[in-house]
Amino acid sequence: MSDITRDEYCVIACAEAWRDDGAVLASAFGFIPTLGARLARATFSPELLISDGEAYLVANDLPLGSHQKVVEGWLPFRSVFDVVWSGRRHVMMGAVQLDRFGNQNISMIGKHDKPKAQMIGVRGAPGNTVNHATSYWVQNHSTRAFVASVDMVSGVGFDRARANPAAGRFHGLRRVVTNLCVFDFSTADHAMRLRSIHPGVELDEVLANTGFEVEHVPNVPETRAPTVEELRLIREVLDPNDVRKSEVKP
Amino acid sequence: MSIDLRATRDDVVAELRDGMTIGIGGWGSRRKPMSLVRAICRSGVRDLTVVSYGGPDVGLLCAAGKVKRVVFGFVTLDSIPLEPHFRRARESGSIEATEMDEGMFYLGLLAAAWRVPFLPTRAGLGSDVMLVNPSLRTVRSPYEGGEEVVAVPPLSLDVAIVHMNRADTRGNAQFLGPDIYFDDLFLQAASKRFVSCERLVETGEFEGPVQTLRINRSMVDGVVEAPRGAHFTSCEPDYGRDEAFQTSYVKAAGDEDAWAAFRARYIDVDEAAYQEATR
Repeated sequence: MSDITRDEYCVIACAEAWRDDGAVLASAFGFIPTLGARLARATFSPELLISDGEAYLVANDLPLGSHQKVVEGWLPFRSVFDVVWSGRRHVMMGAVQLDRFGNQNISMIGKHDKPKAQMIGVRGAPGNTVNHATSYWVQNHSTRAFVASVDMVSGVGFDRARANPAAGRFHGLRRVVTNLCVFDFSTADHAMRLRSIHPGVELDEVLANTGFEVEHVPNVPETRAPTVEELRLIREVLDPNDVRKSEVKP
Repeated sequence: MSIDLRATRDDVVAELRDGMTIGIGGWGSRRKPMSLVRAICRSGVRDLTVVSYGGPDVGLLCAAGKVKRVVFGFVTLDSIPLEPHFRRARESGSIEATEMDEGMFYLGLLAAAWRVPFLPTRAGLGSDVMLVNPSLRTVRSPYEGGEEVVAVPPLSLDVAIVHMNRADTRGNAQFLGPDIYFDDLFLQAASKRFVSCERLVETGEFEGPVQTLRINRSMVDGVVEAPRGAHFTSCEPDYGRDEAFQTSYVKAAGDEDAWAAFRARYIDVDEAAYQEATR
């Protein structure tokens, strides 16, 4: 299929992050990760639990923007912490900055007492990252996002987790999916490694837009294409209005 | 003697003193006690420490110059990610910040409610939350393994304000939406506790399942009837968020003249005029 677009490679790459996770809460921030979680459950990871981002667990293959929910559970914000702290969750968060060990910043740029740019705050990132599996979605892969060191560690990376036994006990970063490629942390010291490149993207483009050294094999594989059935689910069931295309340029 | 906890917005404001710590219920741009927040904006009180799962409540109080410090895990308008007034206050260095993981925040309220010196958690370990809050301490488990975890101190409040769907004059209150957020804990963490509500009802006329009667009168000192009192934030199922108004709020925040006009029309007016202007 030659007409598969970049946003669809991003969706399948996000979906793959949740493969083999079993009955955990798949929490996603952003349209593409949300589609990824819903696609994974609709296909190869049927045990995943999916929230509507408010207070409900949803059993059906909910299209983006739809309110036609089949509710299978109640999960108000306070109960989300029970899930987080029990470890039965795999979240895919956004990141304004990420370093090579996966330290993430969504709080602020500059100095904490008077930031150059105040963002949303650390939210649940500190607690998420030391309690359950975490992946990241970066929609604009650039040297502004992939930096040598982040301004405020919100989500905890592998180096920090290694240095603190109680932080490291349940810590685990899985994937970083961007508009260009997929990273994992499958190196000896758990630094970021280039896992696959989306078709149409050159290796040099990835390296030039990443502000630190990235481990990679000489011939980095391409991100796998969605199957015919997966494409149908993305295009006709989960996102018939093409909302995903607003998040990733072709 | 019948119990009657009915109060006015002025009664609530009269409890506030300069430098107090005030907790505000709701979450982001959801079920915020906005009519009480606007009343505080119009008052003479200052130097407040605001404890909130932050939304436009934090923004309005920052814009009105009422805030010395914000205790937060996030400040957001939900459908619009960043709160413009909070952002400006932080970037100008005009407010102090106590930033923590949103789960630590929950445990801080719970520790205050339970009157214990701390509650343990893994959240915060390894993150810069520990760096920007130098007073935060860890504690070693006295049990096998001896793990060292964060000891979250109580978030004790002088005053708490929350907005509910229904209440009676005795101080019992009810949420009818899908989530109470942390409103019961805000009340239990505070010395003086105020509930505003969409509608006062007779005690025998609470509708909906008994689980929604989460706030009982031992947790409340005053009840203010405030129809549309959470506007422009959401108050399900009575009304959703007024997205158009929220957008106009953000637009006005970006320009000094526009903000002066917004303030004159929507904040420096009494509740009836606000409700009329936003119909």
